[in-house]
Amino acid sequence: MAQALQQLINGLTLGSVYGLIAIGYTMVYGIIGMINFAHGDVYMVSAFIAVTTFTLLAALGVSSVPLALLVVLVVAVLFTSAYGWTVERTAYRPLRNSTRLAPLISAIGMSIFLQNMVQVTQGARVKPVPPMLSDGITLFTSGSYSVRISSAQILIIVLTVVLMAGFTWLITRTAFGRQQRACEQDRLVTAFLGYNVDRIISLTFMIGAALAAVAGVMVTMYYGVVDFYIGFVAGIKAFTAAVLGGVGSLPGAMLGGLIIGLLESFWASYLSPEYKDIGTFVILIMVLMFRPSGLLGRPEVEKV
Amino acid sequence: MNKKTLLATCCVALMGMTGVAHADLAVGIAGPMTGQYASNGDQIRKGAEQAVADINAKGGVLGQKLKLEVGDDACDPKQAVSVANTMVNKKIVFMHGHWCSSSTIPASDVYNESQILMATVSTNPKVTDRGLKNIFRIMGSDDQQGKVGGDYIADHMQGKKVAVLDDKSAYGKGLADEIAKELAVKSITPVLRESITAGEKDYTGIISKLKTASVDVLAYGGYHTEVALLLRQAEQADLKLTVISGDTMTNSELVTAAGPAANNVMFTFAPDPRKNADSAAVVKEFRDAGVEPEGYVLYAYAAMQLFADAANKAGSVKYTDLRKAMASNTFNTVVGPLSFDDKGNLKSPGFVMYKWQDGKYDSVQ
Repeated sequence: MAQALQQLINGLTLGSVYGLIAIGYTMVYGIIGMINFAHGDVYMVSAFIAVTTFTLLAALGVSSVPLALLVVLVVAVLFTSAYGWTVERTAYRPLRNSTRLAPLISAIGMSIFLQNMVQVTQGARVKPVPPMLSDGITLFTSGSYSVRISSAQILIIVLTVVLMAGFTWLITRTAFGRQQRACEQDRLVTAFLGYNVDRIISLTFMIGAALAAVAGVMVTMYYGVVDFYIGFVAGIKAFTAAVLGGVGSLPGAMLGGLIIGLLESFWASYLSPEYKDIGTFVILIMVLMFRPSGLLGRPEVEKV
Repeated sequence: MNKKTLLATCCVALMGMTGVAHADLAVGIAGPMTGQYASNGDQIRKGAEQAVADINAKGGVLGQKLKLEVGDDACDPKQAVSVANTMVNKKIVFMHGHWCSSSTIPASDVYNESQILMATVSTNPKVTDRGLKNIFRIMGSDDQQGKVGGDYIADHMQGKKVAVLDDKSAYGKGLADEIAKELAVKSITPVLRESITAGEKDYTGIISKLKTASVDVLAYGGYHTEVALLLRQAEQADLKLTVISGDTMTNSELVTAAGPAANNVMFTFAPDPRKNADSAAVVKEFRDAGVEPEGYVLYAYAAMQLFADAANKAGSVKYTDLRKAMASNTFNTVVGPLSFDDKGNLKSPGFVMYKWQDGKYDSVQ
């Protein structure tokens, strides 16, 4: 029981990170109908920006962890959004009206480019960050087992909830949200109505990148090591989360992320840690067999 | 100048050039120069570069200068085979490498076919158990180091709950199996025997499992990056773990990544060659150059010394002559005297237990 609760906490933490990245996939798919395979690598770049900023702050003598985290978050979000914008501007916009496969291929190219750029400029080694926020609260003790939630986990879960609330408000209540949803339904008509579709798409990429940046900073702080390859695994998992929840559905992405995070945690803890990825992907296949559009996705209606 | 003389001049010039090129003896090193274990490859390169410079300063081997070729296998078995083929094409006469056992094993077949002698620090027993004649191991093997690790747990950690974990790599699983074997001899039953996937970041699942089983001692076969992650996540879960592992924990990146939790790591490694009286001059040379000769640095240096000595004793760099000299002599190197048995294993390997303490490791009794 205690172990289950502990794994619930661990799974929610992991799932929050997957969910934050998954939103980037699902938003981009919703608005331009392509899978942005470079998104995982944008997340990886944000983790490197976080490491650099942490190191810089430490060199400047900033010893307060909350202050350092805040600065790192702001810096990472700003720079990563710029990356998101640049990726869209250089790799996808020129191909907007070409065949469906062209942007997909340039996405894969962009992913390889970002990975190699970081490998060459930052080195191929694992970059460690000294531990921070590793203290925590013991929730309760049953027998010799104490269920603990660390400060880092609390921060990740709380921040994800806050971001999700803000994000939902942005999409459902603001003018930008309405334009964004209009674009999802029909880009051409949105343009007829006088809105700048290119600008909306650019902003969508930037928001996706910003959320991935938050995930990147959290992961850097929580696990303490990053390398140029982390974007690949995290990207695949987050993409799976988006598909599981239903590509194009924002609550679906978050739900998918949480399900995958929990599945992995429980599988690793109760069954075998060796086979947890197999478990995750078998569930994905099962869900897609019975609900091809994902858990919360709407089946595509053929327009005549 | 007519055409004929031009041609003749060219021919002479060409012969002259090949003559110069021929004067260099190519020797190779290979290991993870990139990837998550790159800092170990870096140690090998620094050790070998210094050794080659020193040997060349003394006039080289058999009157020829040494030229160092560096191969990067990133600890990937497929890449290791392609590095081995590249090295064969570069006509190396001696190879120090590879580093990961899972790279050394497939690569050694390539070197064996091309009759290139190699000296390795890979500790998996399979490295020398396959009857290859070209391979010499300048460090002990995992059955020896697993025995030392297992004995230490049995003698010094009585009554503690032990879990055995590995990362599924040839080295990691081999070492963990050997520790488990020795524990069985001492009639200690581990409460858990599991594997994890190297390269992942989240190990909270296995940490919860260890915590449920109230494990005190984790015998781990694998590399330092995963140990750092396991320790950090154990600390966050308030689980006090002592890690017992092998020679891969000599890397100081462990301390940067794990923080103070690195003080809980103990590992088996050959007696510290930095403490040898014979190595003092070389150790000073490294430190003057700003390189701390930790981990595999001096082993790479010793491998090059071994080759130079063997070639001088054999009076040739032909495979058969070199092999004979290598197998039948004792060589004085910076890591102590080296001599080999029929399989190519060290005749008198030693392993001692070390412990990390505040950024430095030292032997414990």
